[in-house]
Amino acid sequence: MWTIDYEDLENIAVGAGILGTGGGGNPYLGKLMTRRYLDEGVRIQVVTADSVPDDATCASVGGMGAPTVSIEKIQRGDEPLVALRALEQYTGKRVDYLVPWEIGGTNSMRPLVQAAKSGLPVVDADAMGRAFPELQMCTYSIYGVPGTPAAISDVRGDIALFPIASSDKLLERYARAVTIEMGGHAGIASPIMSGADMKRTVIPGTMTFARDLGAAVRAAREQLTDPVQAVLDVCDGQTLFAGKITSVERRMAKGFSRGEVVIEGLGDDRGETMSIDFQNENLIARRGDAVIATVPDLICIVDSTTAEPVTTDVLRYGLRVTVVGIPAPRLLKSTAALDVVGPGAFGYDVAFQPLAGVYGSER
Amino acid sequence: MSLRIGIDVGGTNTDGVLMQGRDVIAWAKHGTTREVSLGIQAVLRDLLGDSVSPSDVDAVMIGTTHFTNAVVQRRDLVSTGVVRICLPAGEAIPPLYDWPADMQACVGNHRFMVHGGHEFDGREIAPLDERELGEIADYLEANDIQSLAITSVFAPVTPEHEERAADYFHKRLPQLDITESHQIGRISLLERENATALNASLAPLAKRTISGFKHALETLNISANLYITQNDGTLMSADYAERYPVLTFSSGPTNSMRGAAALTGLKDGIVIDIGGTTTDIGMLVNGFPREASFVIDIGGVRTNFRMPDLVSIGLGGGSIVRDSDQRIGPDSVGYEIREKALVFGGETLTATDIAVAGGWADVGDRTLTSGIDAETLQHGQQTINDIITHGIDTIRTSADAVPVILVGGGSILVHGDLEGAANVHRPEHYLVANAIGAAIAQVSGEVDHVFSLEGITRQEALLAAENEARAKTIQAGANPETIEVVEIEEIPLPYLPSSAIRIRVKTVGDLH
Repeated sequence: MWTIDYEDLENIAVGAGILGTGGGGNPYLGKLMTRRYLDEGVRIQVVTADSVPDDATCASVGGMGAPTVSIEKIQRGDEPLVALRALEQYTGKRVDYLVPWEIGGTNSMRPLVQAAKSGLPVVDADAMGRAFPELQMCTYSIYGVPGTPAAISDVRGDIALFPIASSDKLLERYARAVTIEMGGHAGIASPIMSGADMKRTVIPGTMTFARDLGAAVRAAREQLTDPVQAVLDVCDGQTLFAGKITSVERRMAKGFSRGEVVIEGLGDDRGETMSIDFQNENLIARRGDAVIATVPDLICIVDSTTAEPVTTDVLRYGLRVTVVGIPAPRLLKSTAALDVVGPGAFGYDVAFQPLAGVYGSER
Repeated sequence: MSLRIGIDVGGTNTDGVLMQGRDVIAWAKHGTTREVSLGIQAVLRDLLGDSVSPSDVDAVMIGTTHFTNAVVQRRDLVSTGVVRICLPAGEAIPPLYDWPADMQACVGNHRFMVHGGHEFDGREIAPLDERELGEIADYLEANDIQSLAITSVFAPVTPEHEERAADYFHKRLPQLDITESHQIGRISLLERENATALNASLAPLAKRTISGFKHALETLNISANLYITQNDGTLMSADYAERYPVLTFSSGPTNSMRGAAALTGLKDGIVIDIGGTTTDIGMLVNGFPREASFVIDIGGVRTNFRMPDLVSIGLGGGSIVRDSDQRIGPDSVGYEIREKALVFGGETLTATDIAVAGGWADVGDRTLTSGIDAETLQHGQQTINDIITHGIDTIRTSADAVPVILVGGGSILVHGDLEGAANVHRPEHYLVANAIGAAIAQVSGEVDHVFSLEGITRQEALLAAENEARAKTIQAGANPETIEVVEIEEIPLPYLPSSAIRIRVKTVGDLH
């Protein structure tokens, strides 16, 4: 068990930004929301998944919606907690632990804010190990913990409860439709589960992983060593390519920002080209015509000098970037998982070729 | 005769040019004075000389770093009320929360959140509540606060609540200087709110400074229109600048790049502006500086202004040379170069001394550099070129060699070929490129809205945005026939399968 301090918060924000793999929203706002509670002396406790009793009640909390909305319509802050209380009322259970849902991007921070408000401990784990665009793309759903009952809540405290959905994919559609009507952003609580189910399905240690990743990058920046190398060291990752962005194409498809970024090589990669397809997050990386990395492995574009993550909404001509490949967590690589989060789930007729290495938290 | 005067008021020098069309008729350089209008008067006097009648001057354009410096140096900022119209949203992060403590102290702790604001699609988050505004007005009055910043959620799309709140405060407290966020910035609430608060806190300084500029013109009997350059390289009227001083932030480098484009006729290339202490390297795309896409930090405060994407390096004419480790800069003798550099009889080996000793620059007394040995000279030249070529490599966007334009007083340091440069241009009036950039500046209009594509097509939304930008450009004084679209950007709103899209359009045109 550890208690989040200011340094941890800065570190998690940097690490979670990188694990967002181009999407997931910027953790900056979430960091500020959490920092306010540290200012007031509130303690936010993080416990290992192992330490949670089988018969405890756990629930995941986070935010749903468009980052473009959340940077403009700052949240009230307790939306996910309001949703959680509704879920408790509906099920008659009392939640003992909060579990992050998505460690990549801004959803790494929301459980911390809810923990600060409620006094509940946060489990050092999540259900994606990165960021994904849809809620069924998580290890809860893949390994048999349904998303329902689920609740979402807006800034006014309005609540929508989803007691049953015939699939988590439909839950995603319905919840997202309501989220739009709620003004493009909502807090969500889902799923509610036993400690045993939580331990069986989560990717353990990801909060610590994000923290350690951020700490290594920040230390490298301060000591003027190579922050990109620091990422590789902590993540068991590899440099897929280094160069300059020469074109970015974006288009809207089914409400998601799809597109392609082209990077011309520099240094060892001079004369070669990498193209990356993204749909909010980076999905497929090609060197020339050859696919060299695919979702669910993490394809992270970072600034070559600072290792600052370059999210898909700020990709632009001329940026010098390094593409880092991080092997996906083991739980995302099973046959059942690949049906939900593999290239095929995003409409690509490409086989998943796993990157070498072991996702950082499982070393 | 139709003449224009461009003036750049920098931290050290005030530069000016008198131009007819694209031709430089005269130029002048004076030290920037504490009372900025005095330096401007000196420059104007030189430019007009005995032969030019003040009545022949059509327009005067001034670029200034005065307001940026005020923020960076924490001076001349006043207590400011900061109102965010957001509740029940917005409470998670209060206004000014992430400001540096000394900056917060400058504007005071007068922050408020009230009900209101809009959703991305134009619906109200909550109705605006005049009773809440009334309580704030009481507070401002009781605490004698003269400046107010108002920011409402999604005001760039729906400014209604900001406008109504501003009207309310104006009626209650007519003396109050009010800044509304939709006039300042784009979507991203905290950064826009920060910029709005900075603007409000600069209000008295803006009035003093702009009236100083006007006074300088009056003193010289110049009755021409006065314009101030903005960070995007275009102009605003002096009256507008008085209300929106933050829009001048970072206009200096922009002017210098635009000036370099005008001097060479190049629309694309790399501009290297070498001053006394620093070198700014930027990329010209279609005649304008390429803009940075990241958050811009001004004096420790996050903002989302459009700023040129610059690489700033600690190399200038006054940079101190340390041969022991073959290092030049980033420390510099700065404006004291005329006392400290060897060529001026001083004791400090500077980058300028290397250039003079090497024989490719002619400043001061070359014989005073005779003590520099050949090895130091060779290392010095190599180091200067290495620093510059590394900067070029960082900013350029393809492996192809690109044209390079050298401007600024320190550009005499560069000698020989530059790796990555297709060719190197050294325009005649390289010393006053920034003032030329101000003199030739155009006017612009910008729109950044989220459109809900319910009932209208994407094409109609794009056209609506373009027409609005054109109208703003005409309002700013452009000749409608010269207006062109320089930027158009569509950003779908990710994670929302509704048909919402963010469109940003910028148009520019020549002044009438």
